[in-house]
Amino acid sequence: MSCVVLIPGALRELADNRSQVPLDGRAASIGDALSLLWNECPGVRDRVLTELGDVRPHVNIFVDGENIRYAGGMSAPLREGSEIMIVPAVSGG
Amino acid sequence: MSHVTPRAGDVLLLVGTMKGAFILRADAQRRDWDVGGPYFPGSAVYAMAYDGRAGRQRIWAGPNSMHWGGTLRSSDDYGQTWTNPEEANVKFPAATGVALKQIWQIMPGRDGEPDTLYCGVEPAAIFVSRDAGATWRLNDGLWNHPQRPRWEPGGGGLCLHTILLDPVDANRVRVAISTGGMYVTEDGGVSWRPSNHGVRADFLPEKYPEFGQCVHKVVQSKRRPDRMFLQNHWGLYRSDDRGESWSDIANGVPSDFGFGLAIHPNDPESAWIVPLESDQFRCTPEGKLRVYRTRDAGARWEPLSNGLPQDGAYETVLRDGVAVDSLDRTGVYFGTRSGKIFGSSNEGESWAELLDGLPPVISVKTAAV
Repeated sequence: MSCVVLIPGALRELADNRSQVPLDGRAASIGDALSLLWNECPGVRDRVLTELGDVRPHVNIFVDGENIRYAGGMSAPLREGSEIMIVPAVSGG
Repeated sequence: MSHVTPRAGDVLLLVGTMKGAFILRADAQRRDWDVGGPYFPGSAVYAMAYDGRAGRQRIWAGPNSMHWGGTLRSSDDYGQTWTNPEEANVKFPAATGVALKQIWQIMPGRDGEPDTLYCGVEPAAIFVSRDAGATWRLNDGLWNHPQRPRWEPGGGGLCLHTILLDPVDANRVRVAISTGGMYVTEDGGVSWRPSNHGVRADFLPEKYPEFGQCVHKVVQSKRRPDRMFLQNHWGLYRSDDRGESWSDIANGVPSDFGFGLAIHPNDPESAWIVPLESDQFRCTPEGKLRVYRTRDAGARWEPLSNGLPQDGAYETVLRDGVAVDSLDRTGVYFGTRSGKIFGSSNEGESWAELLDGLPPVISVKTAAV
């Protein structure tokens, strides 16, 4: 299924200054989609994930408005046209 | 954002704070300071360093974003532009099962190894680069040390915060870990052994264990490498044998608890500390901000307060918060958790507040351009 990833401002430098990265139709889960994103924007990967492959504790990823921590994690399914948001948590600054 | 434009002979202060980095510049008189920054706004910068080897004028920083993690970044134009590597350059191999928490120390290698740099991190480990910082590798010898599982985190985390490159023996490196104590290698990092003889650990049943001390900072004289000073979590020490044994030198200080420590660049008898009241109240005693200096390797310590606030000054200076420059009549500098930078261009005889209103200061490093 095709989907789009919304890139937060702090990471756009690592995504060719794009705010959105559309992904083609091969992703069935959030894990699939993020793998495609890492291929296209490898610099985003290490900012979103630790070297253990875990989403950093102060980063949230939403799929169609739902935090993936409560929707199956990396197995969270996508639908056609899903919108994936990478969002810094309210902490920090 | 403002930037500094140093000229030959200038002095730089590299200031890391909880919310970004700043670069201060002055000429050799060290009276008037320009300020560049904030760089990496919002990120904690525990580690900065200046690499002037092989014709470089490179500033290193290890900003750590609460959101996006930490990387090593460098600037060859005094902060106007910084590298931003796609792939995180300091990260643990997958087989270790851990992730980088914080970059605590960046240490350019010796002059004879101009492309070598060292990096101390949390969880406690040391990384080495042999290609001027392009790639980094975990030192397996220390990581696989059988005592490592028994190291415990201090208040700042389980960090490797101090790296001392022996100025004579290129295979000898000493590191300090809170809370693991000091380890030394004599074979270029292949093997490491604990080296804490005489350093006490008040918080353990065994007061003088082989390892496990909470060493806060260690410095080594480049002129006389056998001479070292150590500020411990309770305890102020000197070594005259390259750290193999330590003697208590807390003579005349209001407290032997503290973090920051600096040694004179040319005189191995002279060092500066900023004592704090206790581990339960990590502030300057009696509300007086006093730097203490020894001129005789710790036989006596004298308070230096000319120009420093002496009323209601409950300040905290952290382990990398004290630094000296290399000019004739050594400059001494320190930063506080309340966001102040103080400096002296006469070895501490008098002080001036160089800057106020910064985020909490974590580290202060100097460079002569």
